[in-house]
Amino acid sequence: MPETIKSGLELRDVQVRLGGRELLAVDLTIAPGEIVTLMGPSGSGKSSLLGHICGTLPDAFEVTGQVVLDGKNLDGLAPQDRHVGILFQDDLLFPHLSVGGNLAFALPSHIKGRTDRRARVEAALVSAGMDGFYDRDPATLSGGQRARVALMRVLLSEPCALLLDEPFSKLDSSLRSQIRAFVFDLCRKNSLPTLMVTHDPEDGAAAGGRVVELDG
Amino acid sequence: MLRFIPILTIVLMIGPVSAGLIGTILPAFGILPALGGTTPSLEPWLALVAQPGLGASIRLSLVNGLIATFVSVAIVMLFCAAWQGTRTFHTLQRILSPILSVPHATAAFGLAFLIAPSGWFVRVVAQFTGWDRPPDVAIIHDPWGIALIAGLVAKEIPFLFLMTLSALPQADTDRTAQVTASLGYGRIAGWFKATLPRIYPQIRLPVLAVLAYSTSVVDVAIILAPTTPAPLAVRILGWLSDPDLALRFMASSAAVLQLLIVIAAMATWIAGERLVAIIGAQWAVDGNRLKRDGAVRGVSAVMALVAAGTVVLGLVVLLVWSVAGFWAFPDLLPRGFSLRLWARELDAIGNSLTTTLLIGIPAVVIAVTLVLSCLENEVRTGKQAGRRAMFLIYLPLLVPQISFMFGLQVFFSLVGLERTLVSVVLGHLVFVAPYVFLSLSEPFRALDPRYGQTALCLGASPARVFWRVRLPLLTRAVLTAAAVGLAVTVGQYLPTLLIGAGRFATVTTEAVALASGGDRRMIGIYGLFQMVLPFAGFALALMIPAVLFRHRRGMGAQNKG
Amino acid sequence: MRSKMRTFVSALALAVGLATTTLSTPAFADPAPDVGNWQSVLDQARGQTVYWHAWGGEPRINDYIAWAGEQVRERYGVEVVQVKLTDTADAVTRVLSEKTAGVDDGGAVDMIWINGENFAAMKRNDLLFGPWAEQTPNFAYVDVEGKPTVINDFTVPTDGLEAPWGMAQVSFYYDTAKLDTVPKSAQKLLEWLVKHPGRFTYPQPPNYMGSTFLKQILTELVKDPKVLQQPADETDAEATLAPLWGYLEDLQPLLWRDGQAYPQNGASMRTLLADNEVDIAFSFSSGEVSSAIEAFELPDTVRSYVFENGTLGNTNFVAIPYNASAKAGAVVLADFLMSPEAQLRKQDPKYWGADTVLAMDKLPKDMQDAFANLDLGIASLAPSERGTVLPEPHPSWMSLVETEWQKRYGVVQ
Repeated sequence: MPETIKSGLELRDVQVRLGGRELLAVDLTIAPGEIVTLMGPSGSGKSSLLGHICGTLPDAFEVTGQVVLDGKNLDGLAPQDRHVGILFQDDLLFPHLSVGGNLAFALPSHIKGRTDRRARVEAALVSAGMDGFYDRDPATLSGGQRARVALMRVLLSEPCALLLDEPFSKLDSSLRSQIRAFVFDLCRKNSLPTLMVTHDPEDGAAAGGRVVELDG
Repeated sequence: MLRFIPILTIVLMIGPVSAGLIGTILPAFGILPALGGTTPSLEPWLALVAQPGLGASIRLSLVNGLIATFVSVAIVMLFCAAWQGTRTFHTLQRILSPILSVPHATAAFGLAFLIAPSGWFVRVVAQFTGWDRPPDVAIIHDPWGIALIAGLVAKEIPFLFLMTLSALPQADTDRTAQVTASLGYGRIAGWFKATLPRIYPQIRLPVLAVLAYSTSVVDVAIILAPTTPAPLAVRILGWLSDPDLALRFMASSAAVLQLLIVIAAMATWIAGERLVAIIGAQWAVDGNRLKRDGAVRGVSAVMALVAAGTVVLGLVVLLVWSVAGFWAFPDLLPRGFSLRLWARELDAIGNSLTTTLLIGIPAVVIAVTLVLSCLENEVRTGKQAGRRAMFLIYLPLLVPQISFMFGLQVFFSLVGLERTLVSVVLGHLVFVAPYVFLSLSEPFRALDPRYGQTALCLGASPARVFWRVRLPLLTRAVLTAAAVGLAVTVGQYLPTLLIGAGRFATVTTEAVALASGGDRRMIGIYGLFQMVLPFAGFALALMIPAVLFRHRRGMGAQNKG
Repeated sequence: MRSKMRTFVSALALAVGLATTTLSTPAFADPAPDVGNWQSVLDQARGQTVYWHAWGGEPRINDYIAWAGEQVRERYGVEVVQVKLTDTADAVTRVLSEKTAGVDDGGAVDMIWINGENFAAMKRNDLLFGPWAEQTPNFAYVDVEGKPTVINDFTVPTDGLEAPWGMAQVSFYYDTAKLDTVPKSAQKLLEWLVKHPGRFTYPQPPNYMGSTFLKQILTELVKDPKVLQQPADETDAEATLAPLWGYLEDLQPLLWRDGQAYPQNGASMRTLLADNEVDIAFSFSSGEVSSAIEAFELPDTVRSYVFENGTLGNTNFVAIPYNASAKAGAVVLADFLMSPEAQLRKQDPKYWGADTVLAMDKLPKDMQDAFANLDLGIASLAPSERGTVLPEPHPSWMSLVETEWQKRYGVVQ
């Protein structure tokens, strides 16, 4: 992998419009390892912004402004080339693959050889406290376990930035703080500029970073 | 490359239909050089109008087609409304595939034997009344065409049920049902007011296809419909088969008329939809709860079971016929049994089954490939194909076969492609692809787009996302669509006969030829032969995902239909 | 973008063009065989495949055709494939579409089992190859004198364009276990129906069998039967046909289902008899009835009979379209079908039960004995029981009758 300047994720004057109506406008820079929280009511276009950053936003939306990641402009790049990871509310683990299969799916192709790849996946499982879960059916996991696998999956794809779309709202409150800590910890450890969208103020408080309020 | 597939698909659909229509419209206006028709004229139309009973034939086709479709739709809707989510629903879902595998004509024959005055039901009655002669009552070929409607409804209900099933998951019907129930509405009223408007647009095209079929059906009509006069499509077939070759002109103009009848039927239906929408909009908000719908629920279950049961019972009866010695009225069972016919036919069936697969498998594979490519292209470009484009893909289902098959035969002769396997497969593809599209598009579009987005953001190329994520998640849907496609190709008669110029003897061409001999035994045997392949297809569609994903509980929920 | 589109379209066009030329069956010229030189016909036929379009509704007939194919393959190296039709007209349509498309050679149809109106139509429209039939070796055995219909198909001369294959004669049949006496004339049928209303019907014209019934009645009732052998003259036709309509006026209300519905064809009529819906039915071959009994379609108490003043008889043929791809092979096959060996097996109710076109006195002694010793079947009529064979009317009469019948009785609602 070529050396890139880790300058973080920059949203330069990004405005999201739908049918002429402006949904939101942001202009901010997220440093590596920083977690920025976007808060706002539903319908304020928060998820659309995330979709635009990772490149999966439908054409119906009009977006102006620039998104720059580690000095590279993401405009026009296909989602698979952006190295931007995303976590949704639902873990979206692929039901037809095992836990290990889900994780291996995310491993970049430059890691070759079956033993090598398996070793990486096993290491990730160990670090998530789920040693020996390689062949398990994702449907048999608890909510907390699934959330951890989903995060490990994103991290294994070696992203340069991380987007979180209300990732904790479906978890029980008892699990929430645990998983939150797990996620934020790994974001900081991997120096990932992280943008989190949520309507739960506790998420923002736990993240400990900037909180940007959006009006509806 | 993927971008051109939708256009290619549309060309493959409308190309043959247009070519065939031209081959029908020209003779309709007097142009058919092989018979000396070189100048345009209105004579064929004048001859057509002079035919006795033309109005009655038109009325039979149009009205009975509309009624059969309406009854089928009503029963399916009522049944879904009344029993969705219950065990009865799931049971009926499971016997759906075998019934879908039964060819229309076989089901009609079975029904004919059950309800005829010399048929099985009357024989049961005759045990008590002591009749030794069947009553001289026109039940089959009755003047009002009720037997025809019954025969059509019996086979259309399973098909519409399958189409509705694939539309239900998207409409979040379980939670809607909970909401309407909590608001005090009875099950049926709640479903009709809240869920039906959401799913109807999805099933409109299958309903129109059913309507087009009902108004132009030939084989079922020959077995059950009135004969004095017969519905228009049957008469057209008679004119096309008449030794007096000059009748071909009039037959062509009648085929054009048949097309107009189908268009008129669809226009009437759509007008009816608008009317129902207007009335329904008022009814939806008038607060009527219809809480006491127990009786209606019972009736709907009975009707659905009767429809399914008729087909099944008819099949059983044909099975008995296939091993029967002489079976006189009013015996409930044949006096003697014999496996002689089975032994003889099993020897010969190998060839026709092979030919059927030789045509069918390429047709299904190409159809599934085309459809998946079109749908995948939709996802990648982010644009959903316009409704008009989709309508073009369904064109072969909406134009009556009899209105363009003969023209198509001439076209293939002209291009020199007649009698080749390629042309027969193409001919079948024209009918298989729309059905595959019908059954695959809903499940494909209903797939959570976030799976694909997640996979892309994990760094997988779009191709990898398709092969490793989307396709596996759609395994059962693809296999079911392939099974539907297989059922369609196995049942094709006119395309194989006309385009193949008799070179390709499939199970269905053999079955239809034998049916003209009138022996119920042969009809029973070949009806069962015709069912074998589609039934195997549906069985595989159920079994393969179950085996492949036996350790993946999450796949069951994913492949819910 | 645009150049990519252009390359794609041109590639597609090229592909289609290639496919069209390479995948189409080459319309190789099949030169007309010189039937005068039989050896040259045999040489030309060797290795050819004959696609014989014949009605496929009766498994016994299909089996017979398969047997004939095997024989011809062993003896002459000609392959025979039966294309099973529901209606002879399908083959006529095919030849017609090919002619429309300009396919004057290498056609899909090599031989058709045909007669009557279908033959007349093909002959009139120059759709047949020939003449060839009368020059084949086995034609020498054909009973041209005793069975004039072998060269006159419904009064239309065959002109060697078709080879006779089988004889047919209208016969009626009934279940002796249910009826003691049966009506043996048109008038007696009417009287019988008055006593047993609803116990008889006929297939709806213009079905072949249905039209035959009307012709039978017409032939019996018409004042001068010779008029029917001539083409119908519009001016006198009304007067000639009047007795038929008078008869039908009395008959129709007494029919099965009050004449509101009709069986589709002869086979359906047979099923009605088996189901005890009617008491009397008719067919073109009493041997067919025996075969039906063997196939469990009818009870073994069924017997055949003819009308006292005779019933209609005709011949059915095989013909070769003008654009057939295997004309020599078809000629060889047709010749075999006329051979004493093939005709003997055809008449044997174990295999089919249809009557031969051959003249017994033209056959060698051993064949004569073989025919005489045939067990004709339980419901078949022995030659002595056949009665008079009446000739078929000219096809033009049939068109008139069918059209008029449609107007009067084709629409009941």
